[in-house]
Amino acid sequence: MRLCDRGRINRSISLPFTFDGQLLTGHPGDTLASALLANGIRLMGRSFKYHRPRGVMTAGAEEPNALVEVGLGAAMVSNVRATVQELYEGLEARSQNRWPSLRVDALALNDLLSPFLGAGFYYKTFMWPQSFWERVYEPMIRRAAGLGSLVADADPARHEKAFAWCDLLVTGAGPTGLMAALAAGEAGAEVILADESSEPGGRLLSEVEDVGGMPATDWVDTCVARLRAMPNVRLMTRTVVTGAYDGGVYGAFERVGDHLSGPHADLPTDCFWRITARRAVLATGAIERPIAFADNDRPGVMMASAVRSYLNRYGVSPGKRVALFATNDDAYRTARDLRGAGVEVAAIIDPRDAAPAGAEFPVFSDAQVVGTGGRLGLRHIHVRTAGKTRRIPLDTLAVSGGWNPSLHLTSHMGARPQWRGDIHAFVPGNGSAGVPGLSAAGAANGVFDTAGCLAEGLRAARTVLEDLGIPAIAVDLPEAEQDAGRTAPLWLVPGKRRAWVDFQNDVTAKDVKMAGQEGFDSVEYMKRYTTQGMAPDQGKNSNVNALAILADATGRSIEQTGTTIYRPPYSPVPIGALGAGAQGKGFAPERFTTSHSASVARGAPMIEAGLWYRPSYFPAPGETTWRQACDREVTMVRSAVGVCDVSTLGKIELFGPDTGAFLDMVYANRFATLKPGKARYGIMLREDGHVMDDGTTARLSEDHWVMTTTTAAAGEVMAHLEMVQQCFMPQAQVRFTSTTDAWAQFAIAGPRSREVLDTLLDHRIDAETFPFMGCGAVRVNGIDARLFRISFSGEQAYELAVPTRFGTSLWRLLVAQAEGFGGGPYGMEALNVLRIEKGFLTHAELHGRTTAFDLGMQGILSSKKEFIGRAAAARPGLVDPDREQLVGLRPVDREIAIPAGAHLFGHDADPVRVNDEGYVTSSGYSPTLGRYIGLGFLRNGRGRHGEVIKLVDHLRDVYEFCMVCDPVFFDPDGGRARG
Amino acid sequence: MVRLLEETPLSGLDVVHGAVRLREMPSITRTWLAPYPGHERAMSHALKVAMGLSWPAPGEALEAGSVRLLWAGRAQAWLLGAEPARAFSAHGAVIDQTEGWVELELSGAGRADVLARLTPLDMAAAGFPEGRTARSLLGHVSALFAAGSEAMEIHVMRSMAHTAASDIEDAMRSVAARG
Repeated sequence: MRLCDRGRINRSISLPFTFDGQLLTGHPGDTLASALLANGIRLMGRSFKYHRPRGVMTAGAEEPNALVEVGLGAAMVSNVRATVQELYEGLEARSQNRWPSLRVDALALNDLLSPFLGAGFYYKTFMWPQSFWERVYEPMIRRAAGLGSLVADADPARHEKAFAWCDLLVTGAGPTGLMAALAAGEAGAEVILADESSEPGGRLLSEVEDVGGMPATDWVDTCVARLRAMPNVRLMTRTVVTGAYDGGVYGAFERVGDHLSGPHADLPTDCFWRITARRAVLATGAIERPIAFADNDRPGVMMASAVRSYLNRYGVSPGKRVALFATNDDAYRTARDLRGAGVEVAAIIDPRDAAPAGAEFPVFSDAQVVGTGGRLGLRHIHVRTAGKTRRIPLDTLAVSGGWNPSLHLTSHMGARPQWRGDIHAFVPGNGSAGVPGLSAAGAANGVFDTAGCLAEGLRAARTVLEDLGIPAIAVDLPEAEQDAGRTAPLWLVPGKRRAWVDFQNDVTAKDVKMAGQEGFDSVEYMKRYTTQGMAPDQGKNSNVNALAILADATGRSIEQTGTTIYRPPYSPVPIGALGAGAQGKGFAPERFTTSHSASVARGAPMIEAGLWYRPSYFPAPGETTWRQACDREVTMVRSAVGVCDVSTLGKIELFGPDTGAFLDMVYANRFATLKPGKARYGIMLREDGHVMDDGTTARLSEDHWVMTTTTAAAGEVMAHLEMVQQCFMPQAQVRFTSTTDAWAQFAIAGPRSREVLDTLLDHRIDAETFPFMGCGAVRVNGIDARLFRISFSGEQAYELAVPTRFGTSLWRLLVAQAEGFGGGPYGMEALNVLRIEKGFLTHAELHGRTTAFDLGMQGILSSKKEFIGRAAAARPGLVDPDREQLVGLRPVDREIAIPAGAHLFGHDADPVRVNDEGYVTSSGYSPTLGRYIGLGFLRNGRGRHGEVIKLVDHLRDVYEFCMVCDPVFFDPDGGRARG
Repeated sequence: MVRLLEETPLSGLDVVHGAVRLREMPSITRTWLAPYPGHERAMSHALKVAMGLSWPAPGEALEAGSVRLLWAGRAQAWLLGAEPARAFSAHGAVIDQTEGWVELELSGAGRADVLARLTPLDMAAAGFPEGRTARSLLGHVSALFAAGSEAMEIHVMRSMAHTAASDIEDAMRSVAARG
């Protein structure tokens, strides 16, 4: 019911929206919950387990009941708290957890079955027959469980992540937070003031009281205007601080665009902030706690503070006839505000002996609400007083069981809250596990009166300023109400019917007691047994009540029982916001070679390799499969010439007189003896004796070397070199840096490779100036370039490197020239087949578990020098002849392909795990040999050449026989490369 | 006679979103200098003689005329805008990196807001004034930042220039949309 002349909504604008398809209107300034109440809708959802009808209970982020789905299709978001969702034109909301409709829900049957569905019921009920658990019970329970529905499509929302830095982070912009921000801001500190609501003010927006001699909302407006005028203060509304982390870092979730109708396409829906603050003041206020009494969950039972919020902030009365059930004086405000708004106050039910003097309403002292009625909404309550029970008709019951400080963030590093008996509430603990630099103030610290909160805010700011060495400036403390009223604890009204403690998880007082009875008597056990305090609301409403009931059930005090430790996040954060920017291409950087565009233009499919994108093959006209292109490219390289972009291989340039000695330490074989103008193949081991990487290193001049790594291991090798230098050779006169990106490098491979080079180089080369494994400076059109005669194909081959800015141009020229000699570009598929034919290695073989011995390269390990991994590589276990050793594999039937990943077994062995003798690492069709070939590791493989073994791929159902052979299939003496 | 043409990775990118502008800067001579252990002072002296610049402290960017020296990590710096003197190589590694890195320039009033979406370092003028440099992350890309009076220089590895620019543009759009 909308009230006139109240609230901070803009009545001049009407916003149409729908709820379960029903067209309704609200105003700017409304939340979805306030707009629904204004339209007379109290039933907003169904409960988690028993599908009980539920209405809105709070007016804030702690809302356990009014959870809805907002939006359509892939953009739909479930479990949106209607109390947090701001209203916008065209908002489409739907109730959830019901079928077929909110009013008639088939699963409300669960409520009738509730005697069988108590906490932990399925662990007890679905024990037998045992096989039914996985096949019948669990699928059934899973279908029924959960709140809201999931969308299977990718999240289309634009999320954002950002960093912020400040001297002081103030969380919460109520009286405490505003005062703290004002005092720190005036002194010149860099301040961030974050508040989860759409506007600052906190409780002051919901109360009728004066601050500084003016209405509290006017004081808020004045204060906010002052803060906004300060360049050193950043006011972040719609921002909830979700967690406290190491190093003064706080997580904060900002709703950026989800309150707008048709937001700009570039505007993020939300933003996850990582705020680094030198100090933080927690001014998050307190959350009013419910009282557990029979059937306390009907739509119409609300928190008293929420009733005031709807009245005073949103101009909505939740009902026509309202009663109060409150353990404290503060709730009498609610009655006054209701009367001020012209709403009938049916009664105040005060469980204390003596109600406050001068009350103007029908007050029942020493009274309790013992029951409620109304199927889809509250219609009456039963009140017991002086031994009699009376029925009071009404539509709304405002409840207040006192206040719990919102101290969650103070626990995020493990500190336990402490019980304060005088205020019947937990306050932040002072232990060493507290969050460094964070202090709680105001209601979050157990100070509930407005004047006290303002003073606490000022005190907290002054302490921070003093800590940071910033001189404070005098700030006036405004006058305000000083009396928070008395409160007496009441957790549970005894009775036979169910009394809800955790509304979101459908946990009743009986469930909590049962946990205690069954031995789950620690608060941590109780939480897991009953699920109390889990899920989106994280027990904001229920934790203290639940543990008080547990304390009672186990005969301990609340202090002895203690509370669970709150963990981040304080409020739910969408996974999409945490992973903002990492969807699709944002997952990892893309590294592009200079030939990228030209390759794509030729129709080459690009594949990712260590962040780089490389052409898979270059389809020619008429080719319909990758195999056709691959076979052609392999044959082209073997018979004429092919060019391939190898810029992606890691290039590390080393400089200094001790480089040779350094490389001797890094590589297993000798490098110091390498002459300038020469390159050498080497392998490097990890400290554990296994092979880390291989490649060639060339000595360009006396002190200048360039190392080539595999594409995928470039970063790992660089880090390894740093480790070796910093830990083992810190005084060596050598420095190195990656120059991978500085040079565009192309392989020119094949019998006609030199002819191609001769068309490009300023000076012709010959076998004498550039013998196999030679290197040196050349010039291309006057540009300084580097030429290496190295081969990964087994053919006569060169690698030509030019400064990257010429890469695109050189690639085009090379391709054109190669085509003139009957060649052309080749891709990764052909490169792979060429190297398998030669038995050359990649990380398919150097996969981290193989040793030089396994690879047949034990001879390369120098015995004349120390090197990384030498001792470990000599361990008996790593040179055991029975280890799996590199072999070549040829199917007995030459038409049959070898699947990579297949396992190897003896000819007559049963293909089961215990008989496993090895596996296939690489395979392909060799057009050169006209058959499939493969590389793999086989137990004692070097001694088994010529043996026929069984190859089995259980995944693809392949069973075939292979001949074991030498891993070098083609040109075993290497004459073609040297030629 | 063949002729090789030059190409930059972002083809001279120059875009504006809101109040912020992103440009690919022309390449300039860039030399990686790294003194050998124990040679730091000698390298600094050689720099002083040749360029009028001393070895930069961590996070420091020095300038003498058109020549600049940026600290670029542990025991390393970049010499920008001048060929290295022959004497340098007696005291440490001298490696040409002209092509290895690309410089982007982010200018305009909201640039700190854009960078706050990409890097964990506080790049506001108060915390990162002109003359400061730092290596950090730009999204997923490793970068070197150098603050100028009116703009932020962002150096990234050439092969990742495309990703860096598109991440920056995305952040520019988000900031512009917030108004």
